[in-house]
Amino acid sequence: MSKEFFGGRGVTRRRLLQGITSGGAVLAAPGLIRGAQAQAGDAIRLGAPFHRTGIGASYGRWYERTAMAALKVINDQGGINGLPVEIIVEDDGTDPKRGVEVMEKFAAEYKVDAVFGHLFSHVVAATAPRAGELKMPYFLCSEAHTLASGAFNRYCFQPSITDVKSQVSSMAPWIASNLGKKVTLIYPDFNFGYDHRDNMTAAIQAQGGQVVADIAIPPTETSFTRYMPRIPFNTDVIYHVMVGPAVLTFVKELGEHLGSKRPEIFGFIDSLEAVDMDIPQLEFLEGTYFWEAMPRYAQADQSAADRDFRAAVGVDGNGASLSDPKDVATYAHMFSVWETLFAIKQAMEMADYRGPGQKIAMMEAMESIAGFREGTEFPQGDKLFNGKTHQAFGHQNISQVTDGRLEVVHRTSIEDTLYPDECDYTQMSF
Amino acid sequence: MDLAPYLLLAGLEGLVQASVLMLTALGLSLVFGVMRVVNVAHGEFYMLGALIAWACGAYIPGPPVLGFVAGLLVAPLAVGALAWAADRAVLQKIGYNPEGTIVSTIGMLYILQQGALLTFGPDARAVDAPFYYTIRTPWFGYSSYKLFTVAVAILLVAGLWLLMRKSKVGLLMRATQFDRETALNFGIPVGKVYSAVFAIGAMMAAVAGVLVVPNQQAHYLMGTDPLLLSFVVVIVGGLGSIPGTIAAAVLIGLSDGLLSVFFSPTLAKIVSTLLVALVLIFRPEGLFTVKGRRA
Repeated sequence: MSKEFFGGRGVTRRRLLQGITSGGAVLAAPGLIRGAQAQAGDAIRLGAPFHRTGIGASYGRWYERTAMAALKVINDQGGINGLPVEIIVEDDGTDPKRGVEVMEKFAAEYKVDAVFGHLFSHVVAATAPRAGELKMPYFLCSEAHTLASGAFNRYCFQPSITDVKSQVSSMAPWIASNLGKKVTLIYPDFNFGYDHRDNMTAAIQAQGGQVVADIAIPPTETSFTRYMPRIPFNTDVIYHVMVGPAVLTFVKELGEHLGSKRPEIFGFIDSLEAVDMDIPQLEFLEGTYFWEAMPRYAQADQSAADRDFRAAVGVDGNGASLSDPKDVATYAHMFSVWETLFAIKQAMEMADYRGPGQKIAMMEAMESIAGFREGTEFPQGDKLFNGKTHQAFGHQNISQVTDGRLEVVHRTSIEDTLYPDECDYTQMSF
Repeated sequence: MDLAPYLLLAGLEGLVQASVLMLTALGLSLVFGVMRVVNVAHGEFYMLGALIAWACGAYIPGPPVLGFVAGLLVAPLAVGALAWAADRAVLQKIGYNPEGTIVSTIGMLYILQQGALLTFGPDARAVDAPFYYTIRTPWFGYSSYKLFTVAVAILLVAGLWLLMRKSKVGLLMRATQFDRETALNFGIPVGKVYSAVFAIGAMMAAVAGVLVVPNQQAHYLMGTDPLLLSFVVVIVGGLGSIPGTIAAAVLIGLSDGLLSVFFSPTLAKIVSTLLVALVLIFRPEGLFTVKGRRA
């Protein structure tokens, strides 16, 4: 082929274009071949719609690395019920429409046993109803409260990462008593952000505090200085949570705007996920606080499970890739992919799962699980799992920036994260 | 915050916005004015400029200033060459047919965007500013680099104006813009002029990308917003009119800055879109164009 297309003499524009087109077809082909080969019963196939591109790309990259590391561990242990496990990754572009299409592709073309690994809440919100219609078990590695609020269906589970309502309600008392009671909220202008706004407003009011300003910023925004004057001077605490490709700009401009006379700052690590903190513009963060589900920097009392998890995924003690110290992980979120895979494994083993005919038995097994123990399979820590709301509850960490590192200063109990059930999916039909 | 510092911050933000807009919109306006081509891929040239600036910063050792200066030189040259080639390979072949150019520049948009995604990856790339100094007022801090971008933008626009008014190349461009047929009859190589104009237009966008990237981050999807705002500016200012474009960029940039600081950035976008609609209805030739004469 190369001789024909690039042989020198006869390269016309048309032939070059033909070459490019057929090259594209060849690149696309492995997907087709792989789809055609799928056959039920010889392996367990899991669909992984990761955010390889779009505004969630840095999360997607690390979700994929984490999933592959967990997959290796599972297959080295002999797979699930003696069957090898395969993960089929598709890019959803962090786009709700594409998320739904990929779900349909997993169901119709690849005929996978379950789908896992969606993070961004607007993509999840679009995809979850379709998962229910397609009767596809759908495991979220997201954080939005939508699942536990009862808005989805019996096919959706979140067995690893806690939802925003848990995170916020468990930390608000600490914020109110240690940092201050007049809070300014800065959050992304879509449903994940609204979860933060609504739950934090309620939680801080319950502590006798008040939200003095709330500032919603579109997740595709690239310039933030213009939002900063809306932070009132009487603010005790700035509470920020941003996502998207411009998070570094957001934090830098926050620092530029505030200078040394800053109020207390409490951020969700989302505002700095995949961002190297060791740059001069971020020095103002020294002494500020962050929520972390799992501490990015290896702590003095690091658990064996955390050490093994870092080694398996290829992350150093600073939360960066072993091969590139500038490639910082989304460490506070990506453990959820690892743990979700082991939760699926556990449910499948309980149901002696061998193929898609046993999906309902597998999901019922999942609903019967009461929790998970900290260990290699669940490195973030112990968890309670609520079979009715399909939502897990775990420890949360508050870390302070100290000498450019995040040091955990407070770890909540699981009980702090609990709230009354808002739904019961087991009452729904499959 | 009191009114005065609030106004000051809004004005500064508006000025920075206006200066970047001026560069991108002038490129778009120039291409339309001379070639009658609506270049939908313009925002992608801006994005490429930013990505090249990132690459220069990342791969040239030494202080950030070196990478920045290299980016300021390399990005427009590379993007200009690319645009030149695109004009030769595509636009010229379809004879600058108006519908055809729109469709083909949409095609270029996707090719450039996906090409950037394949080459540079999906991540936002941060670039160090050539210098880092925050100007402190009693009420807020402001990046001195942002003010530097305003100065560079004004210099570049002055340069473009001199090129158009005082140089032979500018004369050829203006002649082509005024009357293509007559220019051809006088032996002006209209084809070459077109390629040069398309390249210069793209270079303006690329420089804007280089200037903006230390404030923002380079990302393969960053071309969309500036494209839309540039269209707004070009329509309000009058298609093809350079002074009109400059005036409109300042108007839109400042109003955007003021509205988004005082109210919300969404309202600012609504107002500028509304302005476009009003201009199209009541003064379709543009707010700042004298009837019957362009540029």
